Amino acid sequence: MQVPILKQGLFLIATIQSALSDADLLQLRDAIVEQVGKRRSRGVIIDVTALDVMDSFATRTLRDISQMIRLRGAETVIVGIQPEVALALVQLGLNLADVDTALDLEEGLAFLGQKIKSFDHKAPNAGREMGTRER
Amino acid sequence: MAKLAEPPARAPQPLEPTAELLRELVAHLRQNRTQLREEWARRITEAKLLTAMSKDEIFAEATAVYDNYVEALESGTFEALQAYARNLSERIIPRGVETHEVIGIVLLLRDVLARSLFAKYQTDFALLNRILDAYEPAANRIANTVAVGFVQERERVIREQQEAIRILSTPVLQVRERLLILPIIGVIDPQRARQLTEQLLRGIRANRAKVVVIDITGVPVMDATVANHLVQTVEAARLLGATVIITGLSPEIAQTLVTIGVDLGKMNTVGDLQGGIEEAERALGYKIVLMSEAGTPPPSPA
Repeated sequence: MQVPILKQGLFLIATIQSALSDADLLQLRDAIVEQVGKRRSRGVIIDVTALDVMDSFATRTLRDISQMIRLRGAETVIVGIQPEVALALVQLGLNLADVDTALDLEEGLAFLGQKIKSFDHKAPNAGREMGTRER
Repeated sequence: MAKLAEPPARAPQPLEPTAELLRELVAHLRQNRTQLREEWARRITEAKLLTAMSKDEIFAEATAVYDNYVEALESGTFEALQAYARNLSERIIPRGVETHEVIGIVLLLRDVLARSLFAKYQTDFALLNRILDAYEPAANRIANTVAVGFVQERERVIREQQEAIRILSTPVLQVRERLLILPIIGVIDPQRARQLTEQLLRGIRANRAKVVVIDITGVPVMDATVANHLVQTVEAARLLGATVIITGLSPEIAQTLVTIGVDLGKMNTVGDLQGGIEEAERALGYKIVLMSEAGTPPPSPA
């Protein structure tokens, strides 16, 4: 099943609504990485609240997505990992160490907002450009 | 099968049935009740068993046990004795009576009674043998019943206490909006560690926590398994979007962790709980200002 990717301001939001097959995951990966450039997004939120299980392939794909999107000049945050899933992941030694995470969608939005604010602060030119475009 | 069922070939002897022997035995024990019971109480004191109880108490219990014992021998049913053993255990466990003491006194009673049988039937060895044949299985079963009753009662008490500790031991407390503390007291075994983690993760979800302070001031020792579990807990909490600060690592634990090479690189540690909470407040954007410094007069005490 396909995962809808919604645009919300500067960010993209992909909400996974049911368990995904490996093919679905790869398709999600390709779609997000493509859209992030097409829509000039600054950040991506992947919501996994609906997932009761995450296997090694899903974990690896999420990590890949995060790294690819960083290379495309945006940030990724995974939100809504269930407590049981989190426990299972660390117990199985599945590594999400370099991926940012947040409690839920709201937190994820706040996190990305902070992150691009500090980024724009460090690079004032980029900030000014952003400002002009937004107006 | 048919062969096995055949009666033994040796000449039938005029044997009293076991019930008959037991009746005779019980009569003997009833007759010598005072003397045997005193002998038993004396030997208990001699063997330094039941030191938690006074002499009079020992004698009173000895009497009750003796009567129950004789009754169980007579009736061949053990329910009454079992109930009594449970009741006795309930009374004496809180006073610190040990398993070996209970088993010891029951075995002593068995020995005292056996001796009295030897004394009585020493002239007729064949009869003594038959009496013992009847007595020994019953006596062993009684010893068994009492010992098992005691151990079961003890296990029940231990289970109840474990359950009580389990419920008490893992509070997850909110001290400020989005800030949780988890004070851990006592030794952490793998099962408890697992439970702590689950409770913490659930707490993070329910309270929408952003920062968690785990205080392990009250943890005396930590082994590699538990330390690794702690690292996993920190990582799992991060997956839920919360930062974990560990406080109160004792010098001993710090040494152990470094020696066994647990990877603590990912962990935020602060010296004590106060420091941890201050650090957490900073991370959440709080700034604590004295009222006098902020220019507001402190409220006058009512």
